[in-house]
Amino acid sequence: MTKLDSKVPKGPIADKWTTYKDKIDLVNPANKRNIDVIVVGTGLAGGSAAATLAELGYNVKAFAYQDSPRRAHSIAAQGGINAAKNYMGDGDSNYRLFYDTVKGGDYRSREANVYRLAEVSGNIIDQCVAQGVPFARDYGGLLDNRSFGGVLVSRTFYAKGQTGQQLLLGAYSAMNRQIARGKIEMYNRHEMLDVVKVDGKARGIIARDLITGEIERHSAHAVVIATGGYGNVYFLSTNAMGSNATAAWKIHKKGAYFANPCYTQIHPTCIPRSGDYQSKLTLMSESLRNDGRIWVPLHLEDAKAIQEGKLKPTQIPEENRDYFLERRYPAFGNLVPRDVASRAAKERCDAGYGVNATGEAVYLDFAAAFERYGTEQAKIKGIHNPSKEEIIKLGQAIIEEKYGNLFQMYEKIIAENPYETPMMIYPATHYTMGGVWVDYNLMTTVPGLYCIGEANFSDHGANRLGASALMQGLADGYFVLPYTIGDYLSDDIRTGAIPTDSPEFDEVEKEVKDRLDFFINNEGTHSVDYFHKKLGKVMWDKVGMARNEKHLKEAITEIKEIREDFWKNVKVPGGLNEFNQELEKAGRVADFLELGELFAMDALNRNESCGGHFREESAETSGPQKGEAKRNDKDYAYVAAWEHKGEPADAVLHKEELEFKDIELKTRSYK
Amino acid sequence: MNLTLKIWRQKGPEVKGQMVEYNVRDISEHMSFLEMMDVLNEQLVAKNEEPVAFDHDCREGICGMCSLHINGEAHGPDRGITTCQLHMRMFKDGETITIEPFRANAFPVIKDLVVDRMAFERIQQAGGFISVNTSGNTQDANAIPISKHNADLAMDAAACIGCGACVASCKNSSAMLFVSAKVSQFALLPQGQVEATDRVLNMVKQMDEEGFGNCTNTGACEVECPKGISLENIARMNREYLSASLKG
Repeated sequence: MTKLDSKVPKGPIADKWTTYKDKIDLVNPANKRNIDVIVVGTGLAGGSAAATLAELGYNVKAFAYQDSPRRAHSIAAQGGINAAKNYMGDGDSNYRLFYDTVKGGDYRSREANVYRLAEVSGNIIDQCVAQGVPFARDYGGLLDNRSFGGVLVSRTFYAKGQTGQQLLLGAYSAMNRQIARGKIEMYNRHEMLDVVKVDGKARGIIARDLITGEIERHSAHAVVIATGGYGNVYFLSTNAMGSNATAAWKIHKKGAYFANPCYTQIHPTCIPRSGDYQSKLTLMSESLRNDGRIWVPLHLEDAKAIQEGKLKPTQIPEENRDYFLERRYPAFGNLVPRDVASRAAKERCDAGYGVNATGEAVYLDFAAAFERYGTEQAKIKGIHNPSKEEIIKLGQAIIEEKYGNLFQMYEKIIAENPYETPMMIYPATHYTMGGVWVDYNLMTTVPGLYCIGEANFSDHGANRLGASALMQGLADGYFVLPYTIGDYLSDDIRTGAIPTDSPEFDEVEKEVKDRLDFFINNEGTHSVDYFHKKLGKVMWDKVGMARNEKHLKEAITEIKEIREDFWKNVKVPGGLNEFNQELEKAGRVADFLELGELFAMDALNRNESCGGHFREESAETSGPQKGEAKRNDKDYAYVAAWEHKGEPADAVLHKEELEFKDIELKTRSYK
Repeated sequence: MNLTLKIWRQKGPEVKGQMVEYNVRDISEHMSFLEMMDVLNEQLVAKNEEPVAFDHDCREGICGMCSLHINGEAHGPDRGITTCQLHMRMFKDGETITIEPFRANAFPVIKDLVVDRMAFERIQQAGGFISVNTSGNTQDANAIPISKHNADLAMDAAACIGCGACVASCKNSSAMLFVSAKVSQFALLPQGQVEATDRVLNMVKQMDEEGFGNCTNTGACEVECPKGISLENIARMNREYLSASLKG
């Protein structure tokens, strides 16, 4: 059994990374030419890692299931990227970013990793600007910052509402430069279907060419997984349709421990579901909460009338509205962290106060912001005694400048004008903090197998702060992995190319082919989506925002039943050796059906509430925090890393105890 | 609503394709266009027929994966959106909708409505980058002040999602809007100046080699572009190209 060793270097936290880098083994440039690295996934983490490793001189093979690295789902991140630059002079520092991230993560992340993340954050901005990323600037030509939920400084850099897109295009351009130089071999429309181990080390992958259906063997001295999160286990999420957990799950089954699968972020400001045909949910940047006020009707009869379409929100007078976040959390109000805001919305909707026909929505109202900005503008423009209409109009112009694209997007989807009637929002699965367990080097429990970005578990603990996903992806890919992987590869300078005609490759290729053959020949009765939707419903109803023992136990049984049904009755049309999207989906859903069970098991094991994981049994019963999440540091201040043993139910739990030497463990209060 | 769909079906790149008619019933006006396609595909799977292949991923208008020529327009009848953001309320009950892949010599069909846009990749690889290593040793981000005006214009150009609607809409299948967006982004920023000459020459050369047509300034690309990329970028690239050619 592998012992969990986080390999965190000794010494004061502020010096760990620098001292460690100084002592790391290096590979000389002539030898790098003889070393191959596979990078699977080309979003922010994978794209930046592939480009940097190629620049260093390694031979990189990169894989993406889309037709271009530029399409990875990092592209959909809107709000921004955090960095402790302190350009605003508002007291920011590496330590403060480190502190906010550990606190925001509800004290369930590894201190040393988080400090390193904060330490390299500033460098990311320098790097991106050098690459030509067009960040927002002020009139003096310097970079602009905005503030985000859960923190008290402005440290978020942004490029309109398309920060993820611009950062990904930056990494993509760095990749293109290396593709042109022949240092990256890019495999678009390819999907990794398994990892190959030789003598216990990761030495290659089996991939499917999604156009021809051909099964390919690729070897390397190290394999890097950067395939994102597993939010689509819920069927409906803000992830892209193709986002999947297959690579992460496959390496888990080959020996990589999977950590904290129950830590999932449900984002509060998504556009609500409209019907059963819904294929995905759309997120709107949480920056909207800077100016929008969240409410539901105070009286049940008003909520019912709205659900039945007999009443409009604008007809409900101020005194009959319940601004529940401001009521419950006077200090942070509408700007409480994502998990807190989401649960509060669910609590109101479960109690029957939800709006929308489904009863699953709350209002996000900008009327007060129109008035506030409008009054300000009237003063600036010297308009005396402005009429109410004039004020609203002036205020709307300011809001349009700030969030115009989001208002437009909302109107396109819902067909209601959010300038005239409040927006409706509801929480949706957005990001997964859990993932493949990695040590300080970002290596999994399999030697030579690395995992970076959202796919690993490392930096966000039980809850991620806004604008920190982009930061972590790029930190891992540009500045962390390229150093730490050298330490491992320095032992491989005399290995030579890894052959692909070994029995190890034969065996894994056969497993992959057998599974694909099964799908095509099964001739079942139900489509892949049928099973995916069933799984999603169990996950959302019983392993969603609030969890309890009874529901989790039911979920474990039900997911197992759905999985058995899937393997009997799934129907996949078309052939093996062709472009076949149903076949692609079948493999991904098969893996979600296993991951979902481990997810529920992990949630059952963790009988405490922390961050995105809320156990109804673990809430404060008295005092000013009554009803709020109750963490249990005595019993659960550990990373739950699961070792695969055949079936998800047989997984063995390993604990990495978390030590908090630099930050005092406290109750996270936003009251 | 009930609809008749005429969809391009083509088994593979070397096989001849044809339009095939399908009917879908009880489509909600709140569905997105691709959700309507999902409904059709579920029907086809239930009948043991092969579903229609189409590209899509983020379904929120930013990844650039989805395409489709709907009733003769790239990304369909609405403006400023991609196909995944198109909603069925744009259509009428009983309507017949024609759905084809993006058509261009440089975008060969892979299957049904899926096309190969690798030509765009090769153009980007020819010069769509600034040659700076990701070493972390670059100068401080605020050491290069950039006027807000130019930064905003660069951002507008950089908003291109590489979907290819510009090519599909152009009667000449020209890729000028796509290429000029990248050239403009870097031409507007001081970081891009060092390699400006080589960049524009190399990217245009690659564009020509890929078999895209010439630009005749009809502006259809700008109308259909889901991200509002402006024709001004083409003018800027032409200037860049001219001065680069003179420098040789």
